[in-house]
Amino acid sequence: MYAGWTDHHRGCDSWLCRLPAGVKLPVAIGLVLAMVAVPARWAVGLWGFAGLLALLLAISGVSVRLVVRKLLLLEPMVLVIAVAAAFQPAGWRGALLLASRSTLCLATMVLLASTTPFMDILRVLRRWRVPPLLVTTLMLMHRYLFVLADQAHRMRRARQGRTFTPRRALVWRHRAGIIAHLFVRTSDRAQRIYWAMSARGWR
Amino acid sequence: MHLPDGFLNRPMVLTTAALGTAGLALALRSAKRLPPSRVPLLGLSAAFVFAAQMVNFPVAGGTSGHLMGSVLVAALLGPAAAVVVMSAVLILQCLMFADGGITALGANILNMAVIGGAGGGALYHLVRHLTPSMPFQIGAAGIVAWGATVVASLACAAELAASGTVGWRVGLGAMGGVHMLIGIGEGLITMLVLAAVAKARPDLLVPVETHGFEPIMPDSPPVPARSAVAAAPRSLRPMILPGLIISAAVAMLLAPHASSLPDGLEKTAQALGFAHHQAASPVIPAPLPDYAVPGIGSEMWATAVAGVMGTAAMFLLGLLIAKLARLRRRTRAYV
Repeated sequence: MYAGWTDHHRGCDSWLCRLPAGVKLPVAIGLVLAMVAVPARWAVGLWGFAGLLALLLAISGVSVRLVVRKLLLLEPMVLVIAVAAAFQPAGWRGALLLASRSTLCLATMVLLASTTPFMDILRVLRRWRVPPLLVTTLMLMHRYLFVLADQAHRMRRARQGRTFTPRRALVWRHRAGIIAHLFVRTSDRAQRIYWAMSARGWR
Repeated sequence: MHLPDGFLNRPMVLTTAALGTAGLALALRSAKRLPPSRVPLLGLSAAFVFAAQMVNFPVAGGTSGHLMGSVLVAALLGPAAAVVVMSAVLILQCLMFADGGITALGANILNMAVIGGAGGGALYHLVRHLTPSMPFQIGAAGIVAWGATVVASLACAAELAASGTVGWRVGLGAMGGVHMLIGIGEGLITMLVLAAVAKARPDLLVPVETHGFEPIMPDSPPVPARSAVAAAPRSLRPMILPGLIISAAVAMLLAPHASSLPDGLEKTAQALGFAHHQAASPVIPAPLPDYAVPGIGSEMWATAVAGVMGTAAMFLLGLLIAKLARLRRRTRAYV
């Protein structure tokens, strides 16, 4: 499958991976909140959090390279804001503090995502009385995410197979056409899913 | 535009979380009234947005952009459903890909789901209500998508600036400027996609929020959709007078308050020192130099009258262009 690149926790069997999501999610949110709340005077405290995260990463059994790669993927936005922040009175020191704080928060969330299946997080959200409509939407989205991404990929390949030396304007029209037809197929699929769900006694 | 954790200060986190939650809660409440047959479509549409965001559009020099999609979804599903769908996308991106912080989730939902989905969607559906013309509606969707991108980026910059993270001028200038360009792509893609959907399945362009309950039996005849295409073309004539009055009022009220400071080009000209190169006599003499009518004493009144005259002139010019366009189309039809 083309888009199966997110289930990195599948093979993970460490202590951190087996910990229920009902514990990991609040702990991760608490960690992020604590790091966001650390005032600039006590910036040294961030080193403590960095150490804690490094320890968790070490015992999680998650590949360090994978976490670093995900971090690098997300870092550009942090850097852009940090560069803009360097023009503030706090100067580059303030920007550095902000960037490292943000990176640590990112690392926390990446660690959570790579040790916890998304479905488990959704079950926790449902237990926390998040509106059922939102949880249902998220569950269906997670279920069909890769199906639709796959479909878009196949449609794009089929288009490429039929088009030779396209001009840029044509490429835009074609790609927009792919999105449009993806929506058409999506809404038809939603209708079929609804029939299947009602046949199985949904609502 | 996904804000990461750690850049918003505590008051801003609380404010945006409250606003984002309120917007999402309102949208959920109004989406709850959807028929049950439409509930799967919400989740599927969220997955669709995610997949659509992965389709790259080549821009220039090897760079490429992609769709954000809030106005597109709002056009296809309606504003409330769009807010739910875009929020679902943002929540999944935050929890599954760590894209966008969890303390910034409220801000991200506010910027990208509520502004684009509810604001942009409401604007688009207002236009849809006013005119049955499909090209006009699609064009409006494009402009609204551009505007939603720019406003979302400005909101993002304002949140950062209010937190003291970036300066107001740097933030608003850089973010707004960049997204005025990015927004053009967003608007173009939105228009192209809507045009393609309109060509393939015009019945899907009626947002689900206005749909009745569809029959479950697959082989029963489809409910005749209140299709925008099938609707009798309505005259735009009733809109002319209110439109003129509003434009004239805006011109009259705002023109005297317009900045008398040099505009962008004049400022650049002064900075680079070519202001004095301005031709002593312009190629075409302006009828109302510097928006003032000669012969009226009070400067404020002169500017206001100039504003109204300008509005009238633009109306006549637009009318002329429309007539010419119609003339050309008719002649082409005879060929």
